[in-house]
Amino acid sequence: MKDMIEDRAGATDRPLLTVEGLAKYYGGRIGCEEVSFDLYPGEVMGIVGESGSGKTTLLNCLAGHLAPDTGRVLFDRAGQMVDTVTMSEPERRMLGRTDWAFVHQHAHEGLRMNVSAGGNVGERLMGLGARHYGDIRAKAEDWLGRVEIAADRMDDRPKAFSGGMRQRLQIARNLVTGPRLVFMDEPTGGLDVSVQARLLDLLRGLVREMGLSAIIVTHDLAVVRLLADRLMVMKSGHVVETGLTDQVLDDPQHAYTQLLVSSVLQV
Amino acid sequence: MTDAMISVENVTKTFTLHNQGSTVIPVMEGASLAVAPGECVALVGASGAGKSTLMRMIYGNYLAASGRILVGGTDVATAEPREILALRRAVLGYVSQFLRVVPRVPTLDVVAEPLLSVGLPREEAQERARTLLTRLNIPERLWGLSPTTFSGGEQQRVNIARGFARQYPALLLDEPTASLDAVNREEVLQLIEEAKARGAAIVGIFHDQPARDRVCDREVDVTGFTPARVA
Repeated sequence: MKDMIEDRAGATDRPLLTVEGLAKYYGGRIGCEEVSFDLYPGEVMGIVGESGSGKTTLLNCLAGHLAPDTGRVLFDRAGQMVDTVTMSEPERRMLGRTDWAFVHQHAHEGLRMNVSAGGNVGERLMGLGARHYGDIRAKAEDWLGRVEIAADRMDDRPKAFSGGMRQRLQIARNLVTGPRLVFMDEPTGGLDVSVQARLLDLLRGLVREMGLSAIIVTHDLAVVRLLADRLMVMKSGHVVETGLTDQVLDDPQHAYTQLLVSSVLQV
Repeated sequence: MTDAMISVENVTKTFTLHNQGSTVIPVMEGASLAVAPGECVALVGASGAGKSTLMRMIYGNYLAASGRILVGGTDVATAEPREILALRRAVLGYVSQFLRVVPRVPTLDVVAEPLLSVGLPREEAQERARTLLTRLNIPERLWGLSPTTFSGGEQQRVNIARGFARQYPALLLDEPTASLDAVNREEVLQLIEEAKARGAAIVGIFHDQPARDRVCDREVDVTGFTPARVA
């Protein structure tokens, strides 16, 4: 057991992602500004803040969906930190199909609604060159099982799925290719609470078993308490506080974080 | 004392309530204590004196304003989040008064989780969880259910089982015998004694005086760390 602990510690020596001085402006308005942080392998970071705080803008800049105005987003590829902002579009797309994954709040944005569930999962594998139908189908079935979608629903289209099932299918589609970094935008938003709990449990298990790193944007503090190792709190485009998740939530230092934490209704 | 497993040196803590007139509340000043391997130290003092605050600072849950908090060589007061998480996985355990879990996760998995998080195979982790749940008299028919619907005493025992799943070299216990019946209280006291025997350094809060007298080697009165009140 001791060896395993040391292995894990050894694996976190170098950051997987380094963000330096990132900024995005919408005309004269600040989308996000002066954002810098390191993310280590296996780490899950939550970004919280109210609507309009810049958290989704930041996530989109990190994932290459939006071009930042300044700053660097360095990602570890075989020991080399490469700037994903300045790399070519085809390279960035390749990254989005291999090492990176993106889970949208609305599953339909991350799924092909007219393609079967199995096809949705298999498509990402085919994008990486898989051609053997039997292998692709077997792997798709395995992944549908992992996200608790019954094998007999494999040939149904996501249109016929509930919100929670669609979200689980989107996660399967994203994780089937074994990414190292997953971006998630409000992954449990819009789902009813019992479905949320199941999804949270599923995500926690997958993150642990696959050793995934993840950046999760949410306004739900209960979600980050259960999923995130550390937190970044944003207000008006700026990071106002960072730290260990339970420390930030239980002993917030910044006025805005104190307001955010004290505003949560107790059940 | 250089061979201490847990060492708190001259720690200060204040709370600043930004949204309530920026009131600054000094809650601790000059807090110092050292706990050697195999030793159990009780934090004592009236309610509100800062026992839990000090314990939460040692766990990294509250941020110390100044001073050093060394646990197995890591300064919790200044460590990066990932260093504190690594410390909590491998070195520092904490049995809080309240169980906080993902809803719908079965009790057996809740208890096995600290072992799974350091990479122990599922079967081995669950075996250890079964042993602890049996010792703490949680009926087997409940193991497959989420503890969120359990009684207070059952939740507390699940929490203890989880806290003792790994054999941490440093352990924080917040009222581990509260709300337990005599039989389970005895089991918990034995778990604490076993942890001490294998060399764990323990800091505990016990309102249960006989329990404190039995497992603790000495007491530290946190009232001594209370800042002089500004009138």
